[in-house]
Amino acid sequence: MSEITTAPLRVVRLGDPAPPRRHLLGISDLDRNAVERLLGTATTIARSLDREVKKLPALRGRLVINLFYESSTRTLSSFDLAAKRLSADTMALRSSGSSVDKGESLKDTALTLAEYDPDVIVIRHPHIGAPELVASVTHAHIVNAGDGKHQHPTQALLDLYTMREALGRLDGLHVAIVGDVLHSRVARSLIEALTLVGARATLVGPPTLMPRGIESMGCEVSTDIADIEAADVVYVLRMQQERMNAGAAYVPSLREYAAEWGVTARRLRPSQIVMHPGPMNRGVEIAPDVADSAASLISDQVRAGLVVRMAVLYDLLAGGPGDDARPLEVA
Amino acid sequence: MTLFWPDRPADSLTLRGARVIDVAAGVDGAFDVTVEDGVITSLERAGEPAPGLVLAPAFVDPHVHLRVPGREDEETVATGTAAAAAGGYCAILAMPNTDPVVDSAAVLGALIEQAHEGAAIPTGFMASISKGLRGEELTEMVELARLGAAGFTDDGHPVVSAGLMQRALQYSGAAGRLLALHEEDPSLSRDGQMNEGAVSAALGLAGWPSIAESVMIERDCSIAAYVQRPLHIMHLSARESVAAVRAAQARGVAVTAEVSPHHLCLTDDTVRTLDTNRKMNPPLRAEGDRQALLEGLRDGTITCIATDHAPHARHEKETPFEAAPFGVTGLETSFAAINTFLVETGELALELVLERMSSGPARTFDLPMPRIAVGERANLVLIDLDASWLVTEHGFRSRSTNSWLLGQTLNGAIVKTVADGRVVHAA
Repeated sequence: MSEITTAPLRVVRLGDPAPPRRHLLGISDLDRNAVERLLGTATTIARSLDREVKKLPALRGRLVINLFYESSTRTLSSFDLAAKRLSADTMALRSSGSSVDKGESLKDTALTLAEYDPDVIVIRHPHIGAPELVASVTHAHIVNAGDGKHQHPTQALLDLYTMREALGRLDGLHVAIVGDVLHSRVARSLIEALTLVGARATLVGPPTLMPRGIESMGCEVSTDIADIEAADVVYVLRMQQERMNAGAAYVPSLREYAAEWGVTARRLRPSQIVMHPGPMNRGVEIAPDVADSAASLISDQVRAGLVVRMAVLYDLLAGGPGDDARPLEVA
Repeated sequence: MTLFWPDRPADSLTLRGARVIDVAAGVDGAFDVTVEDGVITSLERAGEPAPGLVLAPAFVDPHVHLRVPGREDEETVATGTAAAAAGGYCAILAMPNTDPVVDSAAVLGALIEQAHEGAAIPTGFMASISKGLRGEELTEMVELARLGAAGFTDDGHPVVSAGLMQRALQYSGAAGRLLALHEEDPSLSRDGQMNEGAVSAALGLAGWPSIAESVMIERDCSIAAYVQRPLHIMHLSARESVAAVRAAQARGVAVTAEVSPHHLCLTDDTVRTLDTNRKMNPPLRAEGDRQALLEGLRDGTITCIATDHAPHARHEKETPFEAAPFGVTGLETSFAAINTFLVETGELALELVLERMSSGPARTFDLPMPRIAVGERANLVLIDLDASWLVTEHGFRSRSTNSWLLGQTLNGAIVKTVADGRVVHAA
């Protein structure tokens, strides 16, 4: 068969060399250099946040719109604060209380917001492909803050940042990702990101929550919780209550899930670190004492979320790989 | 009588210089074909055929969504049949999953009237197997068949109950019509958005596993064998399905099958674009499945290429992939797509494609057989294999533009279509 290619959505990816308009729709928009650049910018930003005055002037006069069709605490608050710390104007729109309640389509909402000439639209949406659609109908840079079960690239970047801060390296790192991979956009972005930086991922969880064919992403798959022992990092995924609904039960009970796949102190080695994207179900996928232990980097992840999202916004609008890119100055 | 269109005088014409291919009639050579008052009156041997010009029996599409009644904004009898004429078709069968459903003599009668008034080519209508497509009670099949139903299908939905399937197959004998089945076990396909496999795992789209199709085919072939009735399987997509049909045929079940151009040309890898015009039901499958479909078409397990032409309003497809409806258009691009992506690459022989798009479906659905022979009604398609054309939103006769081929250049254009003795398309 001859190659069939069409590009109905003219989307330019963040990894592209010198495009007019870059996006972060998924980890596949990045190459290893782009990841290194973003993490480096985040490190620079982190140092600036130790100062008394935390605001940087880098994005003064720019407009960042946060368009959220799903509930969010961490992601929305950190994107909002990230834009403000870079001196950008911000605006948040949630689906409830907006024209979405009146049945407005995503395309029409995007076209409306486009009239304000935003520099960046950060979008979270329950449907896969929503960021691509917004990218195709506006002139803004689009950042995917989570689309369905597809991608959540800034989460993966902040996770890489957290791992590197804690362990000093990413190359060769072994990360066990535990739990409901099937429904997890966090897992998909993280697997791709880990592969990109030369780390190794092992997925551990019940067979019914492992997507058929996931090993083709370059990870190992196990149903035995004992296999987390070999990992440097144990990354725990949220077990969602709705996966237990009658008729759609992926596991017989949360009780059995916690007993067989819950991450407990007994199942961890002393030197292992534990991460979780939040929000946690304590006592289900993660034991409360583990979440609060010294091994847990969960609060570091939240802090990393702010600096990494600042780095992403800065990179899209002022940094990037091009000749006219300006390295961030915090002095 | 199951095909309807306006009663008008037939045409007379002569088609010169083409390579005439009618596999079923054993014709392959350069002929001048003369049609008088709609009937082929002479085939005269000619010299060297004009390069690229092929004259073949016109196409028959047993699987078209005309969207009437209910969604006239997406397609009508006039626009859908004009699209079919432009695609080289001399007959189509329309699906009954409309609003209201074609499950009563009143709805079917109104459609037949519309075809009598404004169909561009002879058009037949399938009626539903179950009332309201609910899978609970049978429609009045005998009355519907007498009125002109071409067959019965709940297309878009499976007949979930094995008991109702048994009754439907038995009762279709009294109606004397074929049942055509959309095979999908909903407890397996669930809320599936695309084929379950490596691509769905990577994208996070809910998987619609291949076995959701094949287990239902196996079930229904068993029931058909038990009640000794024929059945037709629509839009095969999976390797397991081809194997199930082949095995049933080998043990004597009268089962036929069709495949769509998009399932022959594409794999689920193309869904990575998140283009909503790559979202179909059944979904695009893996390369192994595509190969199995091609082999099934070659060895005769699959007798029909059917477009499953499924028009959708633009705003309904301009959504995130997950929110978009299933289906793509196909009537105006079917031959050119297959010619470009499968014939020119050597995966399928031209002669085989022409047969599976014409006499294959006509025989399967007991429709008038397009033949190129003296004394036959003229049902002809003239094709220029050397003509290239760009697929754009502006070029369609169909009222909808949800084609998976937008922006692509195809080789092979339909120059002229003659349906039941009348010229219905001339480029």
